[in-house]
Amino acid sequence: MANALAHRKTMTIGEGGSALTFTALAGLSIVVAAKAYTPEFAFHAYLFGAASVAAVFAIINRYYERPVEAPPLTIDGKPNYNMGPVKLSAVAAVIWGIAGFTVGLIIALQLAFPALNFDLPWTTFGRLRPLHTSAVIFAFGGNVLIGTSLYVVQRTCRARLAGDIAPWFVVLGYNFFIVIAGTGYLLGITQSKEYAEPEWYADLFLTIVWVVYFLIYLGTIMRRTEPHIYVANWFYLAFIITIAVLHLGNNAAVPISLFSPKSYIVWSGVQDAMVQWWYGHNAVGFFLTAGFLGIMYYFIPKRCDRPVYSYRLSIIHFWSLIFLYIWAGPHHLHYTALPDWAQTLGMTFSVMLWMPSWGGMINGIMTLSGAWDKLRTDPVLRMMVVSVAFYGMSTFEGPMMSVKIVNSLSHYTDWTIGHVHSGALGWVGYISFGALYCLVPWLWNRPLYSLKLVNWHFWISTIGIVLYISAMWVSGILQGLMWRAYTGLGFLEYSFVETVEAMHPFYVIRALGGALFLIGALLMAFNLWKTVNTAVSAAPADLTLAPAE
Amino acid sequence: MSLWSRHAIFEKNSIVLVIGILIVIAIGGLVEIVPLFYLKNTIEKVDGVRPYTPLELAGRNIYVREGCYLCHSQMIRPLRDEVERYGHYSLAAESMYDKPFQWGSKRTGPDLARIGGKYSDDWHRDHLKAPRSVVPGSVMPDYSWLAETNLDFSHIADDLKAQALLGVPYTSAMIASAAADVVTQTTNDSPDAVDLAKRYPRVNARDFDGDPARITEADALIAYLQMLGTQVDFKLYDDKANIR
Repeated sequence: MANALAHRKTMTIGEGGSALTFTALAGLSIVVAAKAYTPEFAFHAYLFGAASVAAVFAIINRYYERPVEAPPLTIDGKPNYNMGPVKLSAVAAVIWGIAGFTVGLIIALQLAFPALNFDLPWTTFGRLRPLHTSAVIFAFGGNVLIGTSLYVVQRTCRARLAGDIAPWFVVLGYNFFIVIAGTGYLLGITQSKEYAEPEWYADLFLTIVWVVYFLIYLGTIMRRTEPHIYVANWFYLAFIITIAVLHLGNNAAVPISLFSPKSYIVWSGVQDAMVQWWYGHNAVGFFLTAGFLGIMYYFIPKRCDRPVYSYRLSIIHFWSLIFLYIWAGPHHLHYTALPDWAQTLGMTFSVMLWMPSWGGMINGIMTLSGAWDKLRTDPVLRMMVVSVAFYGMSTFEGPMMSVKIVNSLSHYTDWTIGHVHSGALGWVGYISFGALYCLVPWLWNRPLYSLKLVNWHFWISTIGIVLYISAMWVSGILQGLMWRAYTGLGFLEYSFVETVEAMHPFYVIRALGGALFLIGALLMAFNLWKTVNTAVSAAPADLTLAPAE
Repeated sequence: MSLWSRHAIFEKNSIVLVIGILIVIAIGGLVEIVPLFYLKNTIEKVDGVRPYTPLELAGRNIYVREGCYLCHSQMIRPLRDEVERYGHYSLAAESMYDKPFQWGSKRTGPDLARIGGKYSDDWHRDHLKAPRSVVPGSVMPDYSWLAETNLDFSHIADDLKAQALLGVPYTSAMIASAAADVVTQTTNDSPDAVDLAKRYPRVNARDFDGDPARITEADALIAYLQMLGTQVDFKLYDDKANIR
């Protein structure tokens, strides 16, 4: 302790630098807010300003509160893991998940009962739909990915997370981006690129957050005390790198002014369409697939206590998946003004993509070899295995729909929506729920509150998914066939609105499926909340053994 | 065995792994995207295709803002039923000034690529205000506030300037008269309409929303909808010209 006197507490470069940067950002925000072209943009500038001031305060406060020395990398030879940001991500994921599923249910009901649009700008389908997609993909999925990746990279590298303030900046900054994006959609700020709707300033901010995310991830890998980089980290790394490349390419834009939220994309027309679906399909391929495969490769072996089925298969799976996925974008543009050769390339590679996808599925499911009995007793593991089964199903359906002749029927219909949701609810949803059911007890170091509730969650949402995707299969194929139906005299048989009216019963069934899925997620939220809170009050009086340190 | 053990280089060097990933993911995108900036049929110019007037651009921005593209495509595929239902299949050139493109991915409502001129302004006004008043089975939201909200075009010249920077052929004269052109295009029988038509051939200049006293967001949106797909005269278009 006497040594402590010798070390005077000094602000690190990271602390001082970020405090100064945020101060500058706060000043800039105030100037922009004052001169903003629209009140909506001024509101966002004030949000940036308030968040920057809060960041400066938090950094300075943390400086006064913290010990002189930086936290040690190891304690008694064991890595001193930094799990605070991971916990925050896990909590954020649950909250955003509930919000995103709820908005999804609302817009499903709006399509069945259009009066629910309420004739207000902020509540129309057109503004809520991007809110739903961004909330589930980027807010829920993104927090699951950031949280699990920062957990997995530390565990598998046996090293403390790189960075001091940086991991907090990544998690808080990412969630601040979500707030900007979401409120922007409601206020009509969008650049209309599907799954990349946020405007230029939100995109710039996300770029900074993402680069820091990449750096702390790579920095942690470089600190590893294990000789090999574990396979889950390859997938996470491919996800982080590729999303950065896609984000920069697809969002290249020129704002009309520093004081306006409006920008114009650098690309136009057919080139913009190709860039958009290069981005859009690989948001599926790398955000919703590669990242979540990282989860599969860590959490399934951990949960069933078996090694990954095949090391060689995982190598083939990884490289072939990331190579082939990038080519698949043009299957979103079949029969459009995009040249035929590009469409054919997109189709061919999409069909080839079936193989690595199923290779990955086999590697995930066969990891249970010797532990199949756990499917009966552990609903968390069952959820994750069923998620891989859904992955297999939608990665078969996807290549099939990318075949041009099938696509001529399925494109523009609800079949696409059904396909996306079998992947999103089944694969991404279930692997995330499984990961959260594992992660929360591990992070807070206490047992899961109720396995029985997990079982209920599983069955309720599985029924929901089945209702959802079968309703969309029927409505999609029905509408596609009605559009191309001819009478005996050679006239189109149905007017467009007749095909819309035919969708109504399926839209109601779809909303019911979505409601069941939401109920399942609410059960999960309750279960996890009880997991974190029950043990705090029960622990002192409880006689059960404490988990091993 | 030897080849498998070589993979250790990626597993033991994070930078090698990062570079490997970057190379592998770059190939597909480069092959599919770069040629589109050079090939004749993706950069062909077709007679009649012109940049949007300031009013149409403002209308387009409202179309984007309200997320119309989420339910309406603007891309007619060369399939028999689509060509009969919507009109001539869409050409790449017809969206050459679209930043971003609005081809869409879902038809909860019908395709709008050639909606221009198919319905009257009055029909559009009623339909935007209460879709089910003219199409009883529609599930489209009501957009009644569009006709009640004044169009903010105070910065429209900035929009043109940004697009000009990105290669859209807006001249300095077009930029200078942008705000005045909005007024001209929404005025019935404006004396300046002749000049406007010189800058933007085949422009529709009239009051679109039925309220000549105000320039509303409905004016802009209807002006945009009424020009969609009307620029190319398909009687004159030679669809063999760019086949190689």
